[in-house]
Amino acid sequence: MNYTWHWRVLFETEPGGTGTYLQYLLAGLGWTLATALAAWVIALTIGALVGTLRTTAMPWVVRIGNLYVEIFRNIPLIVQMFLWFFVVPELVPTALGDAIKQMPPPWGMFWPAVLCLGFFTSVRVAEQVRAGINSLPRGQRMAGTAMGLTGAQTYRYVVLPQSFRIILPPLTSEFLNVIKNSSVALTIGLLELTGRARAMQEFSFRVFEAFATATVIYLLTNLVVVLLMRALENKVRVPGLIAVSGAPQAGH
Amino acid sequence: MFEGYDFEVIRTSLPYLFREGMTFTVTLTLIAMTGGIIFGTLLALMRLSPFRVLSGLAGAYVNLMRSVPLVLVIFWFFFLVPYIGAWIMGASRPIPVGAFLSAAITFTMFEAAYYCEIMRAGIQSIPRGQVWSGYALGLTYRHTMAQVVLPQAFRNMLPVLLTQTIILFQDTSLVYVISATDFLGAAAKIANRDYRLVEMYTFVAVVYFVISYALSMLVRRLQDRIAIVR
Repeated sequence: MNYTWHWRVLFETEPGGTGTYLQYLLAGLGWTLATALAAWVIALTIGALVGTLRTTAMPWVVRIGNLYVEIFRNIPLIVQMFLWFFVVPELVPTALGDAIKQMPPPWGMFWPAVLCLGFFTSVRVAEQVRAGINSLPRGQRMAGTAMGLTGAQTYRYVVLPQSFRIILPPLTSEFLNVIKNSSVALTIGLLELTGRARAMQEFSFRVFEAFATATVIYLLTNLVVVLLMRALENKVRVPGLIAVSGAPQAGH
Repeated sequence: MFEGYDFEVIRTSLPYLFREGMTFTVTLTLIAMTGGIIFGTLLALMRLSPFRVLSGLAGAYVNLMRSVPLVLVIFWFFFLVPYIGAWIMGASRPIPVGAFLSAAITFTMFEAAYYCEIMRAGIQSIPRGQVWSGYALGLTYRHTMAQVVLPQAFRNMLPVLLTQTIILFQDTSLVYVISATDFLGAAAKIANRDYRLVEMYTFVAVVYFVISYALSMLVRRLQDRIAIVR
């Protein structure tokens, strides 16, 4: 293949004048991580809540939970991104819609992206939480009841602490998914890592240098997250409690 | 909420949306599914082979694909395929390739990594005794795999393979980033031409939801039937 590499482009100044291309891409990583972390907060909160509610014995709560999960799981992420960015500001009251539209960039793209990824991921977290709770032996709940705990107390002190330890590994891969999925925010104009690699390719015409650098940055980020989560798993591990390894799952 | 909602723009653009857009989306999904499952099964066999070089190569490929965002992979192949084409054909300049071919290659290569993991779990779920009895009957590795192990692995993994295909069907909408006219791309073109973003994007969401939900219901029923047979 006759492609002439020109790696020194990474240390040339990008046209926006904020620094070198490498700094430009690393700033993109900053936006990727900021988006992913903010979305993760939403995803964990709602996901834990919905996932737990779906294991309760209240039929209509379970049904609403199921509906919530089906809606966010059956619409492509990029379409959800467009709904949050283009459609939601039109459907809310005019004053609020105008306020949203007048947010200065990049916040006008950042917050829709965060909400979109947060809700999208919350459904996947909810599925993991539900699976984790259901993987516990029934005797655990019964023991809680036998000891005189209320339903809420059984969840708080018996069920949830165990199931969250069990689902820590699948939650790690969900967090890695948020980081990867945040790249879809480039379609609404958020300049995160992939968006900046694309922009760098357009400015400098160095196609493969831009994408290769972005790829390496993603790989290193993955590695750091996996190591951090492994440390967390070790820290919260209860001796004798063995995590159940899950069945293979479809993913993207 | 529906005041000023223009149903007319949806009605008039239906032929374009489905004949152009949905055809692209469905064709791409089917090609990537077929290619992805075939390539993915080969990768799974490589990963499980006792030859360190083969299993190492396949493992590296799968892990690389699974750690990088799909959008970035789409960009990679969009620019890489013309160079590979030139290399194969011996041409001196990159060969221009259409969005569809580029997308078909991308999704086949990308989904193969995910199908590989599913097939690997499927193959590992088959008891070792099945392999040994194949060898005991005098079958070669190829025959043992093709006649004994893989048919059972496929059957066990069919629901997961189909669920992955529903995800693939949704993910093909990302070809928007290379301006391909898939279902979403077609809707986006109308939306921007007539400035009817609300109508078009809600319609797209509803269509994707209906199709994906119906398919996932079918998969669930299939799963129940397979569970009884087993």
